[in-house]
Amino acid sequence: MIKKITKRKKVISHKTSIIEETIEISPSTSEKIKDGVPASAPEKSNISVISRGKPRKFKGGVHPNDSKALSAASPVQDAPLLDKYRVIVHQNIGAPPEVLVKKGDEVKKGALLAKASGFVSASLHAPTSGTVTAIDKCDGPTGIRVAAIEITADGEDEWGSPFEPIADWQNAEAADLKQRVSDAGVVGMGGAGFPSHVKLSPPPAKPIDTLILNGAECEPYLTADHRLMLEQAEEVVAGAAIFARILGLKSAVIGVENNKPDAIEALKKASAKTNVTVQGLAVNYPQGAEKQLIYALTGREVPIGGLPMDVGCVVQNVASAAAVNDAVVKGHPSIERITTVTGEPLVNPGNWRFRLGTPISKSIELAGGVKYQPAKLLLGGPMMGFAQSSLDVTVMKNTSGILLIPAEQVSQYTSDPCIRCGKCVSCCPMGILPATISQAVENERFDMAAQLNVLACIECGSCSYICPSHRPLNQHFKRAKSEIMAARKKEQKK
Amino acid sequence: MSEETTPAIQLPDPTKLVISNSPHIRGGESISKIMVHVLVALAPAVAAALWFFGLAALQVMVLCTVGCVAVEEIWNKCAKRAPTWKDGSAALTGLLLAMNLSAGAPWWICILGALLAIGLGKQIFGGLGFNPFNPALVARVALLIGFPSLMTSWVVPQAGKFMACDVLTGATPLGASGAAVATIHDLFMGNVGGCLGETSALALVIGGVYLLIKKLIKWQVPVAFIGTVAIISGIVHYFTGMTPTPLYHILAGGLLIGAFFMATDMVTSPMTANGALIFGFGCGLITSVIRIWGGYPEGVSFAILFMNALTPLIDRSTIGKPFGYIRVKAEK
Repeated sequence: MIKKITKRKKVISHKTSIIEETIEISPSTSEKIKDGVPASAPEKSNISVISRGKPRKFKGGVHPNDSKALSAASPVQDAPLLDKYRVIVHQNIGAPPEVLVKKGDEVKKGALLAKASGFVSASLHAPTSGTVTAIDKCDGPTGIRVAAIEITADGEDEWGSPFEPIADWQNAEAADLKQRVSDAGVVGMGGAGFPSHVKLSPPPAKPIDTLILNGAECEPYLTADHRLMLEQAEEVVAGAAIFARILGLKSAVIGVENNKPDAIEALKKASAKTNVTVQGLAVNYPQGAEKQLIYALTGREVPIGGLPMDVGCVVQNVASAAAVNDAVVKGHPSIERITTVTGEPLVNPGNWRFRLGTPISKSIELAGGVKYQPAKLLLGGPMMGFAQSSLDVTVMKNTSGILLIPAEQVSQYTSDPCIRCGKCVSCCPMGILPATISQAVENERFDMAAQLNVLACIECGSCSYICPSHRPLNQHFKRAKSEIMAARKKEQKK
Repeated sequence: MSEETTPAIQLPDPTKLVISNSPHIRGGESISKIMVHVLVALAPAVAAALWFFGLAALQVMVLCTVGCVAVEEIWNKCAKRAPTWKDGSAALTGLLLAMNLSAGAPWWICILGALLAIGLGKQIFGGLGFNPFNPALVARVALLIGFPSLMTSWVVPQAGKFMACDVLTGATPLGASGAAVATIHDLFMGNVGGCLGETSALALVIGGVYLLIKKLIKWQVPVAFIGTVAIISGIVHYFTGMTPTPLYHILAGGLLIGAFFMATDMVTSPMTANGALIFGFGCGLITSVIRIWGGYPEGVSFAILFMNALTPLIDRSTIGKPFGYIRVKAEK
């Protein structure tokens, strides 16, 4: 296998030989990766497409109207300081952090509010200086009331970060840098909220050879990552370099959809003298889905139920990279993020840098309010975002967008019978049969749904988007998945 | 910044917000749009039929289409279901049924056909999406078996003479004898006897190409179907000489309308790309066997109906491996 790589190296461009080298270092890796790739193309698995300068195209996908023009040209503005912030405690996947403050405590900006309560957990810090005036429940993003810490600002906005900058990070120990990522409470800011340090700690059995930064931002309407990459390209690149140092890699690749040529240009400029490469990607939803992104850039298929580390990859969001740069270079924990506030009903859609705990109502006020009543208010994008019923939900680390959708886009459909047109089959990026699975779910045949690999579904919503019968396919799959997981848990208990 | 205090700022009313699952936007596809596209694709063939058979053709088309919609609505009324004529599928079935009848078909054949197509072919199984067989073909085959002489007496085409309603029994291009009775040029332009939809190959190809461009049919079905017929008839023709040339086979009879409009019916053909290939091949194989060695001069309808029956099986056996599948299998 290794010999073959060296032969092919002659024809590949200079840029990517770095990536090739990292593969050559550990022969066991190349053997391992083979498992994750279809048997039909085992040879190709080690030559990443990055090397040919052309990303692969994943199968399927849809092309919704991207509606990004509403906010793409508006530069990021700092949201003005508020009197009160309500910071939701549980902002990450995994265990909620343990609250350290109590009512009446004085806190400085950046002070630790809640400490990670385990490995898969993320610390939480104060968005501004002031007093903790309440620890109670507030409306959460999933419609359930969740624990939140209310901070009444003193207006000073005085820093009291629990850690110092690591100025010479290029020579710092990887372990110290990783500790900093964990201390700063950085999570996946693309939407999932998975603690970043967990991804940086692969078990020894899973060697990592590729670091990917996700700047695809394939969701329509959202432009937060776009503006970030454009305006803070150097910070994103530096964040990538810090991630690479922690993982012991020499290189990283940033994947950006080709509909953001200015961001690609800015990143290329910022990364010119580094080992970070920038790769334009086909505009095809869900290009930013982790598994599809890895496939596009490396040709490796993450196994069903597996993680990127199973194919030697670590994927981090570009906003998370910028947050890590802040944590290391400036010594600032993750207390703010760029969020797109957009939608046709808004007077002035745009991008703002919000402190955690900013209520949605304030963000809509900043965007000039609404011209008319929207039909839906979403956190996240229109394909995978969550519909909200309260304006009191606050901005969290993974709030990439606050989106208002007009009624004409959300006309409520009655679902017709499946006419077996097969559009869902050809657009499914995971290669499963949405129509057939949906019928199994309608008949409560969850065993059949499991057999048809419903668990591989990434809930991207492409099938529901394309379905001419307006069938609630995505909803069926969510139901099937929870039913199957519940049944498996029950079985395990026996 | 001053915006914050301006009283004119309007916030959305949270009590009027809709809560539902993602995705929150839709692609704008709908069943009626698909049906309208197929009707548009049929327009050239309809025009050709009117040109060659005149008002007689129009009468058959109107009777079948109105009949199908009427039967569907009467059925919906009896079954206490919401009206479904707006989705356009009943009208399409009616028009396709008309394309499968002779211009000389009496009115009662048309009405009986509508009853068979919608009642026996579609509604008895639960309506749109649940019928295993192509409804228009169910009607055609039932009529063909029930009234063989009526269904095989073709009207001689009289191009451009719209008032010529007389039924004149002419020769069929695919005679039981297997000998060629029409020129390739006539077959291509449509100057031959036959069903309304079997006449002009040119009009059918234009419609088929429209469907392919609009991605409403899978290219695998017509390509495999026509390709298989061409290869089999070619082999038999050049080695034994007992059947006309492949080109004649393609242009004559119902192969083109079958391959582009009947076999590609979404409900009754496979969903997977590989399945569509197998389906098309099966249709082609059975059509060739019936045409060359069978008792009927034409086998397209039987071939499609037979493959319709196999569709669930084909679908089940052509499920592709999902993204990231190999590893899971290896671990087990």
